[in-house]
Amino acid sequence: MTSHVNLAQQVLERVRAEAGPGADAEVTIEDITLGLTRFANSFIHQSVEDTSALVRLRLHLDGRTASGSTTVGDSAGLAALVSRTVAAARLCPPDPLWPGLAGPAPMTVGSEADPAIAAATPADRAARVRAFVDAAGGLQTAGYCSTMLWMLTFANSAGQVAEASTADAVLDGIARDLGADGSTRLSTRRLSELDGAVLGARAAAKARAGVDPVELPPGRYEVVLEPTAVLDLVKNMGVFGFNGKAVHERRSFVELGQAQLDPAITIVDDPVAADAAALPFDFEGTPRRRLTLVDRGVCVALPHDRRSAARAGTTSTGHAVPGGAVWGPFAPNMALLASANGASRPAEVDGPAADAAVADLVASVGRGLLVTDNWYTRVLDPRTLVLTGLTRNGVWLIENGEVTRPVQNLRFTQSYPQALAPGAVLGVGSHAVPVPFGWGSMRAPALRLASWNFTGNASG
Amino acid sequence: MTHFDAASAAVEAALAAGARYADARVMHRRRESMQARNGEVQDLTQHEDAGVGVRALVGSSWGFSAVPDLANGGAATAGAAAAAIAAASAMVPGPAADLVPATPITASWASPCEIDPLSVPLSDKGDLLVAATAAMRESGADHAEGLYQVWDTRKWFVSSEGHRIDQHIRECGGGISATVIGDGETQRRSYPAERGQYGTGGWERMAELDLRKQAERVAEEARALLTAPVCPEDVTTVILGSEQMALQIHESVGHAIELDRILGWEAGFAGTSWLDLALLGKLHYGSELMNITIDPTIPGGLGSFGFDDEGTPAAARYAVRDGIWVGVLAGRDSAAVAGLDYGGSVRADGWARLPMVRMTNVGLLPGPHSLDEMIAATDDGVFMDNNRSWSIDDRRLNFQFGCEIAFQIKNGRLGPMLRNPSYTGIGPVFWRSMDMLGSETITWGTPNCGKGQPSQTGHTGHPAAPARFTNVRIGVRG
Repeated sequence: MTSHVNLAQQVLERVRAEAGPGADAEVTIEDITLGLTRFANSFIHQSVEDTSALVRLRLHLDGRTASGSTTVGDSAGLAALVSRTVAAARLCPPDPLWPGLAGPAPMTVGSEADPAIAAATPADRAARVRAFVDAAGGLQTAGYCSTMLWMLTFANSAGQVAEASTADAVLDGIARDLGADGSTRLSTRRLSELDGAVLGARAAAKARAGVDPVELPPGRYEVVLEPTAVLDLVKNMGVFGFNGKAVHERRSFVELGQAQLDPAITIVDDPVAADAAALPFDFEGTPRRRLTLVDRGVCVALPHDRRSAARAGTTSTGHAVPGGAVWGPFAPNMALLASANGASRPAEVDGPAADAAVADLVASVGRGLLVTDNWYTRVLDPRTLVLTGLTRNGVWLIENGEVTRPVQNLRFTQSYPQALAPGAVLGVGSHAVPVPFGWGSMRAPALRLASWNFTGNASG
Repeated sequence: MTHFDAASAAVEAALAAGARYADARVMHRRRESMQARNGEVQDLTQHEDAGVGVRALVGSSWGFSAVPDLANGGAATAGAAAAAIAAASAMVPGPAADLVPATPITASWASPCEIDPLSVPLSDKGDLLVAATAAMRESGADHAEGLYQVWDTRKWFVSSEGHRIDQHIRECGGGISATVIGDGETQRRSYPAERGQYGTGGWERMAELDLRKQAERVAEEARALLTAPVCPEDVTTVILGSEQMALQIHESVGHAIELDRILGWEAGFAGTSWLDLALLGKLHYGSELMNITIDPTIPGGLGSFGFDDEGTPAAARYAVRDGIWVGVLAGRDSAAVAGLDYGGSVRADGWARLPMVRMTNVGLLPGPHSLDEMIAATDDGVFMDNNRSWSIDDRRLNFQFGCEIAFQIKNGRLGPMLRNPSYTGIGPVFWRSMDMLGSETITWGTPNCGKGQPSQTGHTGHPAAPARFTNVRIGVRG
């Protein structure tokens, strides 16, 4: 029994002593060791390390539910957590929709955390930043390199006990040339795969290709969205659409069984993918497995936690997150599948396209725009999932299959499901790229879309 | 070991490990939030955290380390680690770094608080939210939601220059919202703001909101929006209510005047700023009605404090005076780089996060007009209020905001309600078009300002009044 499992059992024992054997209780301990080194103007200006173990307690007592958490892990801190939460549960109104606890269940075996990430030092991160800066060939650079070890321990009063860890390393940076920014980013489970020189050179190539951009009039354009921009679509559809609670409350666009998206679109949540920073169980102790959300354009399943599943008359899919009682479940390892499943990475290219997989899509466009990133996207209406946002880190005009000139950033106002509607997806990149995403990791390929609604340009 | 002792141990360890400057913050925070939905409490969470964060300057490079362990030598270990991290940062060195001079201060400060929000019985708090959401539900809301949030923060700050400051800051607030589901879209009304209204203070801040009294109106307006005409596409005169003005200030002024953004330190993530330091004191940011202050001394403001997280005493200064850009939000290190002589706007989101430039209370001084006068003076335009969506580019120029509700203005009178209102523009063009400004300001609180890597959530305040703008593009949609 690890020290964290032991600690979780101690909390459960305190709950039994204070609230009696009838209380439903679950304890999670989230232990994070984070190192993050930021650079700007081509030097390291911030570098931080922190460790914390957050103990969460959720309690259902006499028909009432309350939650509490603390980072004060000594005996007094844990005693205070239990007393506070028991007192809160006794004062809360009844919770008739309490779904009960997850019982003991076997776990999918997760992959091991990379020991090199777990042991990474500030100098390891600084060395990758050094390589990125040097590869930019004198252009100004900015970004960050991070290493994170994440361990989750779970125990509940129904006898479920689980513990797992994962690790993630990220290098995310821009190069800047005469006001034009070019970006690259990579999230990986192996520190050795984080090559600052490759990423720095790619960012610099993009920046140089973005110098002296022209202003285009707003309007609908065919687009090639690079994987970093596609991630924004996947993420927002995950938060607001593929969410069992939101669908039940009719706030989501998703209609199960309906061909709402193009047949080229398949989206899964895949915690067992080799490149996923994922844990094999959720914050309610439910085992996670690969879940297909969209199968060739048809929405076929929803992520559920125990509460949303009970309301929908189904079972949890292992997507409980802290705060889920309010926001609903969330799939943290979503992947939009690429058109091919090759293991090898696409070749580097000399130009603004991120790689050969993106360049292949560009080659098929008569007239359109190549977009690197979506930025500051916000939902205008959750049901139609119309968002507004801007392009960032490079936009280029494509004419007759060639990138012909850089374009100033544009504002868009666009329904994401409409952008992926049947007939709207003209091409899917051959390679899905793991992209940094705070709580988990996501993958997406580039997409070629028939229409994207740009509603403003640099002039307003 | 007292908390000051722990902070001192961290600083001394950093100095012993080679730092030429170090500071440490021991922080103890309690947070409580409750959310109710359709007459039932949906979630109650109580959180506590404590630890120490240490910042060390070695040569011209910075390092930061944080641990939750305040005993057993944890603070000293963190101090030594911060110096070691700073030494590693020198592998990619920058220009010489320094801090603007500061006088060592020994002080204690607490925000005003009439009713300790953590001492109010949970049942009373729950009853308030249950009653308000039940009333909204009965009045037509499909999803009637209410929440309150409380933060109770104590910090002990020590620096190698001799600072020794403790502060106790209590913050509190909440609100309600009603969502209705229509044919393919949703509509929402909120009171008093989308995520509630917050400030430093105690439970009296929640009590004065009187959520129950507003519940029926909020739900009825949300239901009425479903059948209201859509806000037309146009270029016209726009009057913004003070809640929307608060976010307009936050996004297109507050972030733009952050010195770390201006210096390029946030270029990789949050972005930069369209402002150029060479134009400080000369640039026409807006019309002559535009007077924006940076003022952490405002009683009850969510961005109020006694000292920032570098130990600089709270002080008010202009950011924009008579339309001219004259000031920035700065820290001691960024100010030194910029050749300025003031910091005072650095804060950290807890002990585990690096202090960085953040907004305090950034807002408008009052103007000469009432809202009624603005409407009466408008022949053709739209009145919008209560933010629903917000987006702005990485230089803080190109913005687009959606509001919950709008009303047509014709011949000096408010006309029909309009749904899905939005407006868009370019910051300085927009601010220069402000030709009327309200005389009654409200200091709105924003408890969810994101910035930094790792992510930090800041609490900011924004005094704002209704204002009128001309030639504004409205009605943008997908």
